[in-house]
Amino acid sequence: MIIEKANKEEVMPNSGMPTNETKPNRFAKLKGKIQILGREIKRNKTSYYFIAPFAIIFLTFYVLPVLISVGLSFTYYNILEVPKFIGWQNYLNLFVADELFLKSIKITFIFALITGPIGYLASFLFAWFINELPRRVRAILVVIFYAPSLSGQVFVIWGIIFSGDQYGYINGFLMELGIITEPYQWLTNPKYMMAVLIIVILWTSIGAGFLAFIAGFQTLDKNLFEAGYVEGISNRWQELWFITLPQMKPQLMFGAIMTITASFAIHDVIVPLAGFPSTDYAAHTVVSHLVDYGTIRFEMGYASAIATMLFLVMVGANIFIQKILRKVGT
Amino acid sequence: MWKLKRRTPNRSISGDFTNILILLAFATFMSLPLVYAINNAFKPLEELFQFPPKFFVRNPTLDNIRDLFTLMNASWVPFTRYIFNTFFITIVGSGFHLIVASLAAYALAKHKFPGQKIFFNMVIMALMFSPHVTAIPNYLIISRLGWIDTYWALIVPAIAAPLGLFLMKQFMEQIPVSLLESARLDGANEFTIFMKIAMPLVKPAWLTLLIFSFQALWNMNGGTFIYDEALKTLPSALQQIVATGFARAGAASAIALFMMIVPLTFFIISQSRVIETMSTSGIKD
Repeated sequence: MIIEKANKEEVMPNSGMPTNETKPNRFAKLKGKIQILGREIKRNKTSYYFIAPFAIIFLTFYVLPVLISVGLSFTYYNILEVPKFIGWQNYLNLFVADELFLKSIKITFIFALITGPIGYLASFLFAWFINELPRRVRAILVVIFYAPSLSGQVFVIWGIIFSGDQYGYINGFLMELGIITEPYQWLTNPKYMMAVLIIVILWTSIGAGFLAFIAGFQTLDKNLFEAGYVEGISNRWQELWFITLPQMKPQLMFGAIMTITASFAIHDVIVPLAGFPSTDYAAHTVVSHLVDYGTIRFEMGYASAIATMLFLVMVGANIFIQKILRKVGT
Repeated sequence: MWKLKRRTPNRSISGDFTNILILLAFATFMSLPLVYAINNAFKPLEELFQFPPKFFVRNPTLDNIRDLFTLMNASWVPFTRYIFNTFFITIVGSGFHLIVASLAAYALAKHKFPGQKIFFNMVIMALMFSPHVTAIPNYLIISRLGWIDTYWALIVPAIAAPLGLFLMKQFMEQIPVSLLESARLDGANEFTIFMKIAMPLVKPAWLTLLIFSFQALWNMNGGTFIYDEALKTLPSALQQIVATGFARAGAASAIALFMMIVPLTFFIISQSRVIETMSTSGIKD
């Protein structure tokens, strides 16, 4: 339904200027358009067979939940009773009455603005550096750099490394060297918490984007580099900007989306390390707030409003970054 | 460095040297915690709680791993059952994901049909949504389908993971249209072209798709959908052990090591195969 409606314009791009048309005329035109669309769909039915299995599952488990979530955000819903429509009340509460939400926005942006760009650049540069090396070394380094994000929950090990007692590796090490005299509470003191978490998040951030970059570097057209030498490109940075990057745009876009989504959705790393909630809510992100209301307080309507806000921020950030990326290599 | 005789143009020796130094420094930072995790899994209890803590294990022991099996055999469900569950959902889910996502990606990348743009835009939108956001409605849908306490609750949504479709479509766009056109002129149907031309050309992307899917499914806790102990996965077993606290620190590091080793091994094996295929399957227009 949605698909058909939205694509009428694609099928007949010159259907504009309806202002001085009479109603029956417009109706006839619409009917004609639907007929053409029907014919188009029939003609392309193979394409629909190709996407059907994916589309059915995708619509059920990814699109429908989003719509339900937006719908629920205008209700009071505690799972036990039927959702009650309350209009914009949830959104109003978020911005007027919920100081913790405002704080969580600030924390989320701090995380995103630090770990996002650094993680993205690091992923790309590591992939590029690694690509310069002989094949065997390359294979080993890819494994080493990708291992932290590959191994899922192993980041928990940082909890032991930064543990607040003297058995913590960092504390034990610094105390032995005499730099500190008593153990620091790395993960529970709000003063150090953010810095430690950022290190751990960066450690896990060489992920999906990095792999796409590695694969992208391997599919580059060798002929273009030869042409580049002839045309007078004289060092690796020029080569990167004028030859490599323009060819890598699909991967660059992909990496950007993965990074943005991940850096605005930071939460799972925080819980085992700093606890939930963290001391003084010092590492309380928007997702933490969402999880708090969704799975602990069971205020589903309010949680859905948080989810919708988060979605809008992510889409906004993505559109902004993609605009910048289009200019790469020009 | 090692091929001083046949240097590529545009590469200075000092540049190569800096490059290697930077990589070495960061490789150390990236791998130390993992090395630490491996060492911890083999430390006897007194070494786990030693001051000052030692990075490397002194008297390696298999006690932790033995602990793990005795501990979990004493519980309701044999430990091997968790391992089976996780392997089952991971393998079935990743396999179907690769096939289903590649089919859709091919149509989106190489066909033109009404609804194409809208559909792909929805997939990108889904990429930007964190799973936390859809957790509540997803639970409602899955319970409505009667999939609570079944493998389906974990497998089916993962089959249509937007990440895989997006990635595959991006890669398939690099396939030269002329190749497909000439096959069409030879009278091949779309499905044959997909199987015989498109899929072999995007082999490197298979790996990437499988890895992402594997990773997501392997780490799937399933806590909200699975209540039957016999259907629970490895990550939720790990959580249960960690929750019992200090006395199980050894067993916890052993299971963490196992959780890490399997995807790592899978990645190492498939990565070398990709490099092999890559050297023979350059795409030229």
